[in-house]
Amino acid sequence: MARARERRPVAPHLTIWKWGPHMAVSIINRVTGGALATVGIAVLAWWLISIAGGQERYAAFAGHAGAWYGQVVLIGLSWAYAFHFLAGLRHFVMDAGAGFELNTNKTWAWAVIAGSFVLTALVWLVLYWKAI
Amino acid sequence: MGAGTQLGRVRGLGSAKSGSHHWWQLRVTSAASLILDFWLIFSLLRLPDYSFATISGWITSPLVAVPLALLILNWCWHLRLGLLEPIEDYVHGGNRILTLGLLYLWTFGVGGLALFALLKAAFMGGAG
Repeated sequence: MARARERRPVAPHLTIWKWGPHMAVSIINRVTGGALATVGIAVLAWWLISIAGGQERYAAFAGHAGAWYGQVVLIGLSWAYAFHFLAGLRHFVMDAGAGFELNTNKTWAWAVIAGSFVLTALVWLVLYWKAI
Repeated sequence: MGAGTQLGRVRGLGSAKSGSHHWWQLRVTSAASLILDFWLIFSLLRLPDYSFATISGWITSPLVAVPLALLILNWCWHLRLGLLEPIEDYVHGGNRILTLGLLYLWTFGVGGLALFALLKAAFMGGAG
C-alpha cells in the first residue's frame, strides 16, 4: 500500500501555489499545536511534579525556568500558545461559515500572526514588571 | 480487499462514521480551554510572586486544584485528538500503529503524572 502510494502522482500543493498568510497560519497552527502537545504539556507536568516534590525540587525547576534557556523555551511556548489560541478563534468563525471572502480571510490570517506576538509581549511585560 | 487503487477499494463504503465526532470533540475541548486556560493564566498573573510558599499554598485551594485537574484532562483529550490528525495524514502502514501506540502512551503517561503531582501538591500543601 505504501509502495502503491509512492508511485501515484501527488498534487504539488506546497510547491506550486502562491503562498498566502492563510496557508502559513494553517501550517503554523499545526506546528504550534504539536509543540504545545509535547513540550508544553511536559513543562506543565514538570512544574506540577516540582511543586509536589517540595521546596528543593521547586527551586531546581525555578532555576531552570529563570535561566536564559528556560526563558527562551517559556517565551517560545507562550507565543505558541497565543498563536494556537488566536488561530483556534479564527477556526471557530470559519466553522460558522464566515470569513471566507479572500480579503477578509487574508486580513484575519495576518491578524492572527500579529496578535500572537502582541499577546506574548503583553504577558511577559506583566511578568517582568512584577519581577522588578 | 481487492488490489485496486486506494480510491477503488473504499468507493461505496461510505464515511468512517467517526469524523464529525472527532471534529466536534476538538471544538468542545477548544471551547473548554477558553475557560480553563484563561482562568489559569489570570490566576497565575494575579499571584504576588512565584515563590514555593505562594505556589504551594495557592494549589491547595479546591478552587485552584479542581479547575487545574479539569484543565489537565481537557488538554490531554485535545492533544490526543490534535496529534492524531498529522499522524493520520502523514504516517502510514506499520509506523502508524506504532505512532498511535506512542500517542496513547504519551497522553495517558504525561496526563497521569501531571494529575498525580497536582493531587499530591494539593493534599500535602507544601509539606512534601
